[in-house]
Amino acid sequence: MGYKDAVYRALHPIFSLLMPIPALGWLPLLILWIGVNEALPILLVFICSFFPVLYNTVSGIRSVDKGYVEIARSLGASPRKAFFDVVIPLALNNIFTGLRLEAGMAWRTIVAAEMIAIPVGIGALMITSQYLIRVDVVMLCLGILALMTLTSEKLLMLIEDKIIKWR
Amino acid sequence: MTEIKLENVSNKYILKKVNLTIFSKELFMLLGPSGAGKTTLLKAIAGLVDYEGRIFFDGESIDNLPLEERMVGYVPQEFTLFPHMTVEDNIAYGLKARKLPSSTILNKVEQLLDVFGLRNLRKRYPKDLSGGEKQRVAIARALAIQPRVLLLDEPLSNLDPETSKYIREWLKSIIIRRFGITTIWVTHDIREVEELGDRVGILYNGVLEQVGRLKEIISSPRTDNIVELLGLHNIFECEVIETDGPFAEIEFQGIRLLAPYDGGKIEKALIHPQDIVISRETTKTVNTFSGVLEEVDEKIGYVRLKIRVGEAILVSELPLDIYGLLNLRLGEKVFINIRPRAVKLIS
Repeated sequence: MGYKDAVYRALHPIFSLLMPIPALGWLPLLILWIGVNEALPILLVFICSFFPVLYNTVSGIRSVDKGYVEIARSLGASPRKAFFDVVIPLALNNIFTGLRLEAGMAWRTIVAAEMIAIPVGIGALMITSQYLIRVDVVMLCLGILALMTLTSEKLLMLIEDKIIKWR
Repeated sequence: MTEIKLENVSNKYILKKVNLTIFSKELFMLLGPSGAGKTTLLKAIAGLVDYEGRIFFDGESIDNLPLEERMVGYVPQEFTLFPHMTVEDNIAYGLKARKLPSSTILNKVEQLLDVFGLRNLRKRYPKDLSGGEKQRVAIARALAIQPRVLLLDEPLSNLDPETSKYIREWLKSIIIRRFGITTIWVTHDIREVEELGDRVGILYNGVLEQVGRLKEIISSPRTDNIVELLGLHNIFECEVIETDGPFAEIEFQGIRLLAPYDGGKIEKALIHPQDIVISRETTKTVNTFSGVLEEVDEKIGYVRLKIRVGEAILVSELPLDIYGLLNLRLGEKVFINIRPRAVKLIS
């Protein structure tokens, strides 16, 4: 989609329309379609992360200077090889930015879903603790949520630094 | 060892029916101002832009060849090194893309690292290289695939003047003597043409206005565009009055000038407008004359002055700030000075 203009022009309007819908907005439909089970949070995380990661990946690929592809092609690379050898590595910066931003957002979405619809997990525990007026447990849950979000982001930053050595 | 022939090469943006033959092993200079279509012409030969007309390598049409099969080494102006690859990976990329055996790739890369003095930099990424180093990597990368032709798009424009001067001759010796590759070298700097080229083509607004040796073009420019581009406003038929070692006294239109002379027949004298120094008072040095300011033409960033000296009209170009300081008026008496070394004698 980022590499071929025709695909971009065809799909961009659809994704532009779907992207602004908050992940939690899909929750009622997902509960109706697949029920409350283990697949529900996974699907929710997928929906939450898919569009922003796609958006960053596409804009990353589109921002790669076409001069690099021209040089790769004139040196003998096929269009496919130029894409994987040159375009994808140079788009990694944007791809990782999307992943890092969404790692935290995915945790927050899951906890919110657990608070309102899924009866297990940290979110559900926080709601139960609220009913029992257990402020200490609520605070602990918030701390764990912050830690998980931070760890995910740091982990992705570490992977990013390992992969993108040339910066 | 490839002859390049272009027949009526045009494209919808700039090029207009370019016809040109570049001989085998020739270093052909392509000169023109910004936006003349020089890069587009290189890209057409490399297969990177659409064009009409025909391009031949050694008599065989390459128009239908995909660009990876044209075997063209293209070095863009900004070098475009792959930032995520080290120096040696950049050089090896074309060989890997062509799926050559790893031992061949290794040998070729080692050879090029030596030739271009890059051995110590082999593990560095482009961000850690200077402009000159990047340029060497880009040319080594283009040469690695043993191209049939080499296309250099202003290879020295990103270098400082000192480095550029040093690299010019070295690069020519590498490309022509060591690799023997037919090369098109795009430039907008006439000094590069003077020092390097066998022949030069002048491209202006997509039209190839003249092709030939620089001396021939200077001697008889075909269009006003060429006169403007090469600064040929002061070109006079002259005769040698007297010679004295490496200098000669020449005369044209009532002006006697001292100029460097290396023997041989002299027909014309050329003085670049930037080499004519104007002052309000005489400097009492050689080649100083008094004249009258006849015309002032303000251009972008500089002023073009026409000064009558005897029967001759000399054209001088001054930066705007210098012109402002001189505070000259039309019809005013001025003094001009021309360094002897600035006078070029043409046979």
